[in-house]
Amino acid sequence: MINGTSSPLLSVDFDYVRQMMFDYSSVVLEAGKEYLVEARLLSIVQEREMNSLGELVEALRKKSSNKLRQEVVEAMLTNETSFFRDVKPFESIREFVLPDLISKRSAERTLNIWCAACSGGQEIYSFLMLIKEYFPILEGWKLKVIASDLSLRMLEKAKRGIYSQLEVNRGLPAAYLVKYFEKVGLEWEIHENFRKSIEFLSVNLGSSWPALPVMDLILMRNVMIYFDVKTKKRVLNQAAELMNSDGYLFLGGVESTINLADQFEIVSWKQSSCYRPNRV
Amino acid sequence: MKALIVDDSRAMRLIIGKILTEIGFEIIEAKDGAEAMKYFDGTGQVDLALVDWNLPNMNGLELITYIRSNPLNNDICVIMCTSETEKSRVTDALSAGANEYVMKPFTRDVMLAKLELLGMVRS
Repeated sequence: MINGTSSPLLSVDFDYVRQMMFDYSSVVLEAGKEYLVEARLLSIVQEREMNSLGELVEALRKKSSNKLRQEVVEAMLTNETSFFRDVKPFESIREFVLPDLISKRSAERTLNIWCAACSGGQEIYSFLMLIKEYFPILEGWKLKVIASDLSLRMLEKAKRGIYSQLEVNRGLPAAYLVKYFEKVGLEWEIHENFRKSIEFLSVNLGSSWPALPVMDLILMRNVMIYFDVKTKKRVLNQAAELMNSDGYLFLGGVESTINLADQFEIVSWKQSSCYRPNRV
Repeated sequence: MKALIVDDSRAMRLIIGKILTEIGFEIIEAKDGAEAMKYFDGTGQVDLALVDWNLPNMNGLELITYIRSNPLNNDICVIMCTSETEKSRVTDALSAGANEYVMKPFTRDVMLAKLELLGMVRS
């Protein structure tokens, strides 16, 4: 039971939310996660002046409001991210992946990059700051940079490129903060040229993907942990199909293609790993 | 590794000290810049210094300038850890020789991420 509601979440209501999450986001809510539903949906119950989570689920069942469903799905998604999260993948991108891709694409001078679960934008902006710092050669190239997320709220945040003090404190080198951000009130806004260089898209990874260019680099970190095995396989197979055979896929530290998509080979660099489609 | 925490707030020294102790640092504390100076004689007494800006006797910016005035201190990582949040302050601290800048209030994750950036802790 949660404060502000008169009754605990019934198992039938929990099951409804679980199914809805799976249908609209492919995210699997495991049994025993009732507390998570209660914690994340409480604010919606209160904002809409409802009496209980049961009343909220009943409103969802009536399917009277796509807006409410979207709001609930977004509230249930985990948007954990930070600038230069985990550090090591960015080191391997700087020291190995981008030098390799630049060497291989020197004739075409084009690179296609997709940040497939961009959340609030910290990851793709980290990547672009890294390019700015270490790869001035790419200024003359055609870079197609796409950032997508299922959450429209997170996409909007990523587009705005405005972050709280806590967010810029976490993982962002202070030297980049003063170089690439301006303080606006109590928040920090990334320079416009970064924001304008990204195409933002709403993409549900577990569903069919929109038409996308063939990718040289895909960042799909810390999102597959929320999917079931069937969805993981489908997502990885789609990613493999979308990539150049010498392209690179980055997953989260606890994610892997092993036993899910055999066409990928592991590419290790120092203490970090990424994946390359191993098509002949 | 040894970390020196320079802050006039005992509570803040305890908070930072707890975070750093958990990841294996040995902690030394100083209440102001003048008291901290003796640890920067170039003999490698500390590996990391967390320095508040507003301190009695000698402020944090002056202390960092003092640290960097001796090339034998070049290997010491210095983090300015302060409630000063203006961009010009961050710029000044970096120009004086701070390696990183943490704005108060901060969380444990923030401190660990900064130390990871400096190669002083692994994720």
